[in-house]
Amino acid sequence: MEKFDAIVVGAGPSGNAAAYTLAKAGLKVLQIERGEYPGSKNVQGAILYSDALERIIPDFRDDAPLERHIVEQRMWVLDDESYVGSTYRSAEFNREPYNRYTIIRAQFDKWFSKKVQDAGALLICETTISDLILDGNRVIGVQADREGGAIYADIVILADGVNSLLAKKAGFHPELDAKDVALAVKEIHFLPQETIESRFNIGEDEGVVIEMVGKITKGMMGTGFLYTNKESITLGVGCMLSDFKQQKTTPYALLEEMKAHPAIKPLIAGGEMKEYTGHLIPEGGYKAIPKIYGDGWLMVGDAAMFVNAVHREGSNLAMTSGRLAAETVIALKEQGKFMTEANLALYREKLDESFLMKDLKKYKEMPGILHKSPQFFTTYPELINKAAHSMLTVDGVDKKTKEREIRRNFVGKRSLFGLMGDAFKMWRAFE
Amino acid sequence: MIKVENKLFQNRYKVDAGHPHISIKNPDICQNDCKSMACTVCCPAGCYTEEGNGKIVLITDGCLECGTCRIICSEHRNVDWEYPRGGYGILFKFG
Ligand SMILES: Cc1cc2nc3c(=O)[nH]c(=O)nc-3n(C[C@H](O)[C@H](O)[C@H](O)COP(=O)(O)OP(=O)(O)OC[C@H]3O[C@@H](n4cnc5c(N)ncnc54)[C@H](O)[C@@H]3O)c2cc1C
Ligand code: SF4
Ligand code: SF4
Repeated sequence: MEKFDAIVVGAGPSGNAAAYTLAKAGLKVLQIERGEYPGSKNVQGAILYSDALERIIPDFRDDAPLERHIVEQRMWVLDDESYVGSTYRSAEFNREPYNRYTIIRAQFDKWFSKKVQDAGALLICETTISDLILDGNRVIGVQADREGGAIYADIVILADGVNSLLAKKAGFHPELDAKDVALAVKEIHFLPQETIESRFNIGEDEGVVIEMVGKITKGMMGTGFLYTNKESITLGVGCMLSDFKQQKTTPYALLEEMKAHPAIKPLIAGGEMKEYTGHLIPEGGYKAIPKIYGDGWLMVGDAAMFVNAVHREGSNLAMTSGRLAAETVIALKEQGKFMTEANLALYREKLDESFLMKDLKKYKEMPGILHKSPQFFTTYPELINKAAHSMLTVDGVDKKTKEREIRRNFVGKRSLFGLMGDAFKMWRAFE
Repeated sequence: MIKVENKLFQNRYKVDAGHPHISIKNPDICQNDCKSMACTVCCPAGCYTEEGNGKIVLITDGCLECGTCRIICSEHRNVDWEYPRGGYGILFKFG
């Protein structure tokens, strides 16, 4: 019977980072993906953060399918018919090496997977792992959904994404809580390259990111986004499942209303919609991180809740955790140590030392605060827009009176005490 | 009413005919005990519909494999959820 040094379940960014790093070190690696090809099941906005990938494939820019590097970031706070926004654009973002790119996941995952296979890992697609094979509490292999599908390895790396059925079936994890996951829906609209460049005031290869909060989520805790690709625009909206459950708007109705917003509609006008996707994002943060290693197994990426929702980072945490898991396995192998839970604690140490856990720890109070503060998604966007409207409308009312009116509005909708409390909570969470 | 079908029409699927990967464990619970029927609102592909008499019909052909229905049915845990067999189901061209 064939036995591998490591089996990696999943060929998203976390699994690819793990399999690549292990194969490069000369380990015998089997990677299994349920999709027809890597990426065929995966969804992202998508912004790629260079740093995490650079640490794995330093020269990725040579041939990775990158759409546009980001030169401008917009933040919009939307009311029903208006928005107040800020824009940050810098010539520095136009100097190589670029820090962020838009990507299209199906293409990117395929490219990454080719690198993994070139490094020597064996990839099997169109195969769903139905169970982990356990010896007591120890994972010794995986069961594939085909005849004679038992495969064994010293270590199994679970890179199976937000719906990690394997960890649940093995009893390692309970079911996800609706308050810890967001559901995002998005579409891709194709437009001529020149149209995108003139609409967004950008040159060839340059890209714009728009992040949005406000009325588009109808009071739910969530955000919207719009990103420019080379010849397409992706836009979408995501809200916490616990909030989705409490109301009556479908995710696709929410997306339709967002697309009809007077600030957004002209940006996608004339485009051809070619795909509609939906996917969960694990946003529970530090406090929701489940068990991530045990005898014979390690967990990486979305399955481990490694997403920094405040900064919309996920794929970079996926790649970083994949790499650190692989480096843990390589180190133990070199020292001739077994893949026991005690020895694999090294993975947690490596994570704790990295930006990944430090950032998740820093924002650990954020999900809780936002769940308890719907005003950040409803009242404030409305008030801010009303204030802007008032100050910018020339109607014979003096500015001092307008200011007084605005202040009255803020305090009226939310007590002065509430406003101060909110400011303090936000300050504590970011501190 | 927004028709989700018009959106799903753009997607590619390899349907595993006769092998739905999600099923309702006990239809009576949906009909008699479930107050929220959250699956009919939250599923981004509109796979769950309420027939008017409280009966829920689930057709998984347009499923995006997101996992929402499994997680939101938390009071009754009435959704049996597996991934499709390898190679079947949604096939994102762009993702
Ligand atoms: C709408 C949206 C926008 C996002 N935007 C951004 C962004 O702009 N920037 C960013 O950095 N992150 C973003 N993220 C988050 C990012 O997409 C994820 O964090 C990242 O994809 C996680 O990678 P992963 O490898 O852990 O999981 P996945 O990419 O989900 O990969 C898991 C893989 O495992 C396979 N698999 C699962 N179970 C099995 C099984 N039993 N057998 C075989 N194969 C299996 C799946 O088919 C899949 O290929 C976004 C997410 C969403 C949904
Ligand atoms: S939420 Fe669950 S119990 Fe309620 S109708 Fe849907 S599947 Fe049935
Ligand atoms: S997995 Fe998602 S798309 Fe599929 S039926 Fe459930 S909620 Fe709908």
